[in-house]
Amino acid sequence: MLKEGQVRIPSGCAISGIFSRKGSAISGERIIRSIAVMHDRSNGLGGGFAGYGIYPDYPDFYALHVFYDSQTAKQECERYLERYFDIINLSKIPTRKSAAIVDEPLIWRYFVAPLPHRLSDSQLDEREFVARRVIRVNSSIEGAYIFSSGKNMGVFKAVGYPEDVGAFYRLEDYAGYCWTAHGRYPTNTPGWWGGAHPFALLDYSVVHNGEISSYDANRRAIEMHGYRCTLQTDTEVITYIIDYLVRRQGLTMEEAARVMAAPFWDTIARMPQQEREEATYLRNAFASFLITGPFSILVGFEGGLMALNDRLKLRSMVVGEKGDLVYVASEEAAIRVIEPELDSIRAPKGGEAVLITLDAQKGGAQ
Amino acid sequence: MAVRFLYPEFEVVRNQDRCVACRACERQCANEVHRYDPELGCMVADESKCVNCHRCVSLCPTRALKIVKTDHAFRENGNWTGKAITEVYRQAETGGVLLSSMGNPEPYPIYWDKLLINASQVTNPSIDPLREPMETRTFLGKKPGGIQRDAQGRLINNQTPQLELSVPVMFSAMSYGSISYNAHASLARAAQALGTYYNTGEGGLHEDFYQYGPNTIVQVASGRFGVHKDFLEAGAAIEIKMGQGAKPGIGGHLPGQKVGPDISRTRMIPEGSDAISPAPHHDIYSIEDLRQLVFSLKEATEYKKPVIVKIAAVHNVAAIASGVARSGADIIAIDGYRGGTGAAPTRIRDSVGIPIELALAAVDQRLRDEGIRDQVSVVIGGSVRSSADLVKAIALGADAVYIATAALLALGCHLCRTCQTGRCNWGIATQRPDLVRRLNPDLGCQRLVNLVTAWDHELKEMMGGMGINSIEALRGNRLMLRGIGLNQKELDILGVKYAGE
Repeated sequence: MLKEGQVRIPSGCAISGIFSRKGSAISGERIIRSIAVMHDRSNGLGGGFAGYGIYPDYPDFYALHVFYDSQTAKQECERYLERYFDIINLSKIPTRKSAAIVDEPLIWRYFVAPLPHRLSDSQLDEREFVARRVIRVNSSIEGAYIFSSGKNMGVFKAVGYPEDVGAFYRLEDYAGYCWTAHGRYPTNTPGWWGGAHPFALLDYSVVHNGEISSYDANRRAIEMHGYRCTLQTDTEVITYIIDYLVRRQGLTMEEAARVMAAPFWDTIARMPQQEREEATYLRNAFASFLITGPFSILVGFEGGLMALNDRLKLRSMVVGEKGDLVYVASEEAAIRVIEPELDSIRAPKGGEAVLITLDAQKGGAQ
Repeated sequence: MAVRFLYPEFEVVRNQDRCVACRACERQCANEVHRYDPELGCMVADESKCVNCHRCVSLCPTRALKIVKTDHAFRENGNWTGKAITEVYRQAETGGVLLSSMGNPEPYPIYWDKLLINASQVTNPSIDPLREPMETRTFLGKKPGGIQRDAQGRLINNQTPQLELSVPVMFSAMSYGSISYNAHASLARAAQALGTYYNTGEGGLHEDFYQYGPNTIVQVASGRFGVHKDFLEAGAAIEIKMGQGAKPGIGGHLPGQKVGPDISRTRMIPEGSDAISPAPHHDIYSIEDLRQLVFSLKEATEYKKPVIVKIAAVHNVAAIASGVARSGADIIAIDGYRGGTGAAPTRIRDSVGIPIELALAAVDQRLRDEGIRDQVSVVIGGSVRSSADLVKAIALGADAVYIATAALLALGCHLCRTCQTGRCNWGIATQRPDLVRRLNPDLGCQRLVNLVTAWDHELKEMMGGMGINSIEALRGNRLMLRGIGLNQKELDILGVKYAGE
């Protein structure tokens, strides 16, 4: 059977997220309890989490989480990393053995900073430099896969039900201001850990529920800009689109949302003039990045979280608030289980971006 | 001389029990096939003049007529077919180049028919276009590549001029001259009603049609007929015609007998003179020359209009398109070897060029490999026969399609492929006033609007079936296609998987 990346595997899913606007530390245990409620929305073939603010001891270093199929792959990847980065800490990611999680690869974590002379020789900004190295490892070193590469954030994922994956990675030992979680229901059996969500590049992480019908149009468009969609998953292409639009093009997260889940032309026609011109411009200038078909996504980034549904809202997603905490999940039950008494709960409209940022940080993604 | 005799291709079959000798067929046939024989007291036919255009059949009030292919035949021969033998006879007689009209009719593979379209099942809902918005609006032109903001941080509209189409179908170039005034009027009015564009072809723009300028693409071809400042400014876009799918590598020839007063004025040439378009543009012998013409036209129109460069699909089309994309053109139009023509040498029409499906796939992929696909839009034609072809073209990577043969069919063309004679009984490919009058522009316009509206409905149904609710998500979405009956090389070029994969 073909592995993930050799064949495109559609999947349905559950997603959940928690965000503290004040930046308070939330234990990983809470997000596990939330996603566990939606057990039946996944089928044991993939689960994962992203936590932000979880590495306060190394906030200025890129935290690379890597899967290795073999010692050879590890050696080759480490040789590569050493050529480009100063590795200031490396260790296995602590795990807890369980019968529910099997066939684990070697799972390593590196805190790194680009070597200054390599960075200046590259004539790239630091984030582009790191992104290119990550894409290079993932597309050319057989058996090595960097699945997390941001600062002060980390992705934890595996083949299994999400609650078992959370326990496996001992997420109760981590605390951060933002968590996202994902339970996967692929329509095939890939059995590869890299295929689980979240999918991440630099500090952008995406969890996604849906199956986008625009996939190949989006893939072929983004690959023009140096990305390689090695996994053939929706989440991967969405992450690259966000990285391209926000980091490389300089759009805000809201503007990126208006590209990906663009308002209908009818809606645009009813907008006030300036808004209409801007919406028309964004749809037209970045037409190939319109995403169609059902999706609900949570996009984590440094200091913020964005929730977005497709234009027709073909996937459920609700947003609840309690004090400074914001909860987003595929089902209300997944929020109520950890916060029974909410101040408010609502279902955002299709294409309406819900952007949550730290109070300390204005403007979000810039 | 016996050797000159060519047996007529068609037989006119008249049911004398039904024929009332009303002589409608006689009046309708510009080829003078039918006549009333007073001695016999019935209608008779000279089938040697028949081109099988069905005009008489369509207007016979008693349905007494049909035209059939003759069963008279040469001795069967897989190599020397009746057609091959007859063409030798004709050339031996005349010493001339064989002329034909409309698109390549030879039985080459039609790749559209070897591609199948996807639909959603279970994992992804299909979308009902009757209940949900389904968007086919298309913009043609360059993408800006990078954003700019003003001092307040607002996005600046840094887009170059675009064409906006409410449906990704345009009417491709057919000159006033090759087709009639009424055919042009029908196309212009239909383009306006549909929110799309028609194309003047290389014949200038009749003064009556300047009012349709916002829906007109004005063409600049190698003969530069009818090109002047007002003409350039009248259109929504300017198309430089480098080539045509039906006759790549050669120019055009409008015989002097078609150059009446109106056409003479529109083309800016003397009445009765042959209008000969040279094979190349004599100011374009290489790609850098094309760039100069592109920018000359942009200068002349103050950078307010997109420039289209139309090329024929030839062997090296991907590399040529890449050069065109870098020449400053906003849109590339590619015309396949099945594209129509008012007249072309038969050998060229039937033997030169490549299928548009392969050309499109190769060009789209090449432009992406070079990272310049966003610098141009890609429009294809030659030939798109239905909304299914349209869906497949867009999924392969086209932004929009050009149709011409389908448009002429909507106007009444019966594909008899004798446009070069100028005796079109349907009033389309003719300048004879009595024949032109037969095409009513009100009806013609309505039929074109009907055709494109019907295709738009079907396009939306197929998009909805795939779970796609806007055309840009279909563009280049090759996973929505599967091949059938294709070899690996063909699949590789088309960039599609085989059915079942």
